[in-house]
Amino acid sequence: MEILVVGLSHKSAPVEIREKVAFAADCLQDALRGVRGVPAVREGVIVSTCNRVEIYAAARSREEGIEGLFRFLSAYHAVPDEALRPHLYVYAGPDAVRHVFRVASSLDSMVVGEPQILGQVKDAYEKASEGAATGLVLNRFLHKAFSVAKRVRTETRIAQSAVSISFAAVELARKIFGSLEGKQVLVIGAGEMCELAATHLMENGARGVAVTNRTLARAEALAEKFGGRALGFEEFPKHIHEFDIVISSTGAPHLVVDAEDVRAAMKARFQKPMFLIDIAVPRDIDPRINDLPNVYLYDVDDLQGVVEENKKERAKEAEKAEAIVASEVEGFLSWLKTLQVTPTIRALRERFDAIRQAELEKTLKAFGDGLSEKQRRSLEAMSQAIVNKILHEPSMYLKRQADDPELELSVDAVRRLFGLEDPHSEDPP
Amino acid sequence: MNVGILKIAVAVYLVATGLHLAYVVALKQAVRRWAAWATWGAFGLHTLGILVRFVEAGYTPITSLHEAMSFFAWCVVGLYLVLQVRFDLPSFGAFVSPIALSFVLAAVSLPSQIEPLPPALDSYWLPIHVMLIFVGDGAFALAAAAGVMYLIQERQLKNKKRMGKLFHRLPNLEVLDQVNYMCLTIGFPLLTVGIITGAVWAQQAWGTYWSWDPKETWSLITWFLYAALLHGRLTVGWRGRRAAIWALIGFASVLFTFLGVNFVLPKVFPSLESLHIYYTG
Repeated sequence: MEILVVGLSHKSAPVEIREKVAFAADCLQDALRGVRGVPAVREGVIVSTCNRVEIYAAARSREEGIEGLFRFLSAYHAVPDEALRPHLYVYAGPDAVRHVFRVASSLDSMVVGEPQILGQVKDAYEKASEGAATGLVLNRFLHKAFSVAKRVRTETRIAQSAVSISFAAVELARKIFGSLEGKQVLVIGAGEMCELAATHLMENGARGVAVTNRTLARAEALAEKFGGRALGFEEFPKHIHEFDIVISSTGAPHLVVDAEDVRAAMKARFQKPMFLIDIAVPRDIDPRINDLPNVYLYDVDDLQGVVEENKKERAKEAEKAEAIVASEVEGFLSWLKTLQVTPTIRALRERFDAIRQAELEKTLKAFGDGLSEKQRRSLEAMSQAIVNKILHEPSMYLKRQADDPELELSVDAVRRLFGLEDPHSEDPP
Repeated sequence: MNVGILKIAVAVYLVATGLHLAYVVALKQAVRRWAAWATWGAFGLHTLGILVRFVEAGYTPITSLHEAMSFFAWCVVGLYLVLQVRFDLPSFGAFVSPIALSFVLAAVSLPSQIEPLPPALDSYWLPIHVMLIFVGDGAFALAAAAGVMYLIQERQLKNKKRMGKLFHRLPNLEVLDQVNYMCLTIGFPLLTVGIITGAVWAQQAWGTYWSWDPKETWSLITWFLYAALLHGRLTVGWRGRRAAIWALIGFASVLFTFLGVNFVLPKVFPSLESLHIYYTG
């Protein structure tokens, strides 16, 4: 059995192609049937996210499987073969195992360490197993992939630090306030960046958002989204002491938050720490504010700096993660190899045992009652011993061959020698 | 016997300190757990050592410098363990255990034989006064450790360009400030009552409540420093960096009262010999 990966991702294909071959959630079962319809393919899973479309398959033959999956993708999405093929990548055997482990551990993601991909792969697997598209090999394979991803997460700090500006803001806020629970947020400006940062803060427990903007109507609209209130642009400096976190991103060409206002606010709020995030260019908040005690001001460059630092940290952790993946690939492959000879060894044993039973029966019948219980048991033991001794060498031979690239040939020869049925005629146990 | 137990405790403290520091570097949860177990183990042995000495000496063992150093370290570690249960403070151990370790190391290197209790110290005020003061000082030591951590973390947050390794390893500012405040609210009342009981004891022993002895004077200075910090916190919101720095200044004053008055001051000003001497055998 061969594990195959055929797919494309943000690394291999532009978004126009990715869009075309993405699988919509509601036609996934249909697509899975299509994958299973490829003659050589026995099991399949389809992962389809905005950054990658991949088919994982357990196939009887590498070449037939790959070719079949190519044709399936191109036919299913009605994309001409020659337009699709240059963007596709193919992994087989050890490379396929390594690839899927890396994907699940988020080592292949655009943002290394982002946690979403694992959930997406899990989803894809669940969909496939609901539709009975997975079997022994992919079940074991994907569960292994999930456990590798878990190991990577617990043994490295790959996902620990924030690598986007708004998550960096949340991370910093946590280092200042501990918990964000109940922290009051003031949003100055009604732009998209503000909205994103405020959303992340609120998702992490911040409460009581107020929005102020030169155009009050826009402030009101954004405030409504957060279930907060709008503040008049002229009066916000008088209220600034009420807020623990201030996010500013206006299009103003000059400073909007004055150092004196913040100094007064700090007095009014009894020196409780204040965290200001200035994501506007040119800046909205007087940079001298950072010199005030218990006030922490970050502008876009500062946040970008934090993000870069965290990315470096992640890259370092990613190396550790790769080592974990490599060792897990080894482990899985050796299981896969034994899987390939196990059914043959079992069939061999069953076959011989059936012959032994039949012959023993005949012999015993010929003796009638002429045998004592002890003699009977001796005959049975002898026949068993003969079978074991004969089978010992072929079994060992097959196990040794598990590492051989020509394994298929050996298995075939053994099956033919002993008249066993076709290994692919039924699912392996 | 008691010193033998203390020596084993010191060895375990050494291991605990090593593990706490290793945790800061490696950031492995397993190392943190081992560090916690080692600290509990060392503290248990230390407690046993003090109890055995109490039984062997027949008086509360806080009269000689050896005993004082050991008891002070015991207070620091005990309070640390309490705080660690109350708050989850990663890396705190790495800042506290070196303090405790240096005091127990000093204790075991000092003469430690048990001597008969000098008559001046033979009073039921001995355990009350000295314990109050030492537990209070232990809280101040922890406030200072939290203060150092606060200053490092605050520096990381303000100097945005160089978000160092310690950023991820230290607790957040809020909890460090809380610890600082909590230690202050434990230490200050104890110091206050400690000074009062000391005055009462002085009246009984020397016939005067207050003699402006250097140790008395310095403990009053220390008291004023912490009173100022507490007042500032409660009325004008001194917190964060300012509170952290005050906690350090206060602890420096504690150390000077504890040791400087006896060992530094007389060298500089020979006339200022304190009545509060350590019984060094």
